[in-house]
Amino acid sequence: MNLFCIGLSHHTVDVATREQFGGSATAESIVRDAGCTEALLLTTCNRVEVYAVALKRISTDEIARCLMRKIDTDPHDYAPPFYRYEAEKCVQHLFRVASALDSMVLGESEILGQAKKAYESARKSGAVGPCLHRLFQRAFRVAKQVRTHTEIARGAVSVASVAVDLAQRIFGKLRDCKVLVLGAGETSERTARALISRGVSDLRVSNRSLDRACELAQAVGGSAVPFDEWAAQCREIDILITSTASETPLLTLDILAPMLRARLDRPLFIIDIAVPRDVDPRVNQMEGVYLYDIDSIRSVAEQSLALRRQQVAAAEAIIAEHVTDFVDSISRGLNRESQTGQHPSLSENSLRPSEL
Amino acid sequence: MDRYLLIVSTVCFLAAVVHTAIELRAGVFRPMRFNFFAVGLGFIFQTAFLSLRGHELGRCPLTNLFEVFIFLAWSVAAIYMLVGPGYRLSLMGAFTAPLVVILQVFALIAPIDIRHPAKLPANPWLEFHASISLVAYGVFALACIAGVMYLVQERQLKTHQLHSIFYHLPPLTDLFAAITRLLWWGFVLYTLGIVSGFFTGHPLPRVQVVAAIGVWLLYAVIIQGRHLRWLAPKRVAALCIIGFSVALTLLWGITFTTEIHQLP
Repeated sequence: MNLFCIGLSHHTVDVATREQFGGSATAESIVRDAGCTEALLLTTCNRVEVYAVALKRISTDEIARCLMRKIDTDPHDYAPPFYRYEAEKCVQHLFRVASALDSMVLGESEILGQAKKAYESARKSGAVGPCLHRLFQRAFRVAKQVRTHTEIARGAVSVASVAVDLAQRIFGKLRDCKVLVLGAGETSERTARALISRGVSDLRVSNRSLDRACELAQAVGGSAVPFDEWAAQCREIDILITSTASETPLLTLDILAPMLRARLDRPLFIIDIAVPRDVDPRVNQMEGVYLYDIDSIRSVAEQSLALRRQQVAAAEAIIAEHVTDFVDSISRGLNRESQTGQHPSLSENSLRPSEL
Repeated sequence: MDRYLLIVSTVCFLAAVVHTAIELRAGVFRPMRFNFFAVGLGFIFQTAFLSLRGHELGRCPLTNLFEVFIFLAWSVAAIYMLVGPGYRLSLMGAFTAPLVVILQVFALIAPIDIRHPAKLPANPWLEFHASISLVAYGVFALACIAGVMYLVQERQLKTHQLHSIFYHLPPLTDLFAAITRLLWWGFVLYTLGIVSGFFTGHPLPRVQVVAAIGVWLLYAVIIQGRHLRWLAPKRVAALCIIGFSVALTLLWGITFTTEIHQLP
């Protein structure tokens, strides 16, 4: 019995190649067409992978053919660098994938959900048997442990997520925070949506074009504020997101100082993603004001990534421990079954120790 | 025998400090479980020590500077265990443990455990005055620790340099709310301590009264400044640290120089 993984990922090929594979294939079709006993197809924007169990060795080309969108094309025409991991290497690879060590953004959280979805879909179609069931359940456990016991998922790495993360570090729960979006750009909108998803209910939008402000306000469930009134809002708001096309700073020390006196015990978090900047950088020196421009947000994202990279060794150690344990547990299961002479379904589909 | 209990307690708190230092260095700071258990265990041994000493003395063990320091360390640990999780300040263990270690190591090393030759008679008012004042000191110590946490978090946010600990510290507004509550609790308890001092039936040394009122006024100004919004949160946090340092120095000075617990 062979356990193997065949796939393509952002590490090995570009998106133009990746998009040629995995389109209409399902775990069920792979079991049927390639002659596997069990199969699971994991397709994300960064990878197309097949995890399978078969009684005999199945070639990489065979699996590649099952994955191709254009069924009349020979996989050799593409000759994409499919990787192939067998037995223990396959187990290790899956644990790394599920733990987001193999992801484009190290430590991202989406891959675990995608793997669970792929597993669920394959299970429903009957393509997953006891071997892949055990393997994937263990992979989910490993991923959870890696996230809990290391800082691999710590910090945020995109503008919107950094902004939300910092806002939570300042205000805690965002439910009572008042947010003003100044300038209805795409990044502002994304940031505003991210804040709303974390509980913000009072969101105001101001833009030179009131129509655009109303449009965005309606889209995100906020209210529009005329552009000449935005400065006065600084007395009330907790978070300001600015991204106008102004050539000169809109918010300066002189404008902000009198307003801060009235709100001494409430912090003001300013996210200035405009270039040139909308907020005078000296505003950050004011008591209770936390100003982040696009460079400082990127710097925070890089720090988070650096922090995550430091955790790779600890995560790999956890994975290595689980790989050994998983392989041992399979071997022990097989030995027990051979001693009792029983042949439950697991033994038929499990891996021989020699093959691991 | 009782000193051994104190040594074990100090080792527990030290374990929390070392654990925090190692994790911070490795960048995998996980403050929750280990620190809470280490501080909890240390607290149990502290309580055992104070209980033994109390039975031996037949009164609240606050008869010399050594016992005052241990009682203060116990108050700090007790209040951390009571309010830390409630105020979502469980990380305080990482900050509380070093303070307790410093207090207990100092008490163990310095030659200040001088027993009184005669057994001191019990005086409920005096014992209440001394113990409630030290519990108030414990609350002020926690406010000081929350102040340190606030300044650490605030500095990282201002400079945009976020370290591993940043993600484990409570949000600024939560910390400030905790500081405010702790200041009020400490102030009320300290006021009770001062008032009960006048019912002890003994003349109070002037220096002690002046120092106690000085500390009371200092905290009254901080609370008033916060209440009337004269003081920004960062300044309130800094003043909590200064206030506790002043209060601790005065406590040491008063206890050391006036022998307040020596009854006739």
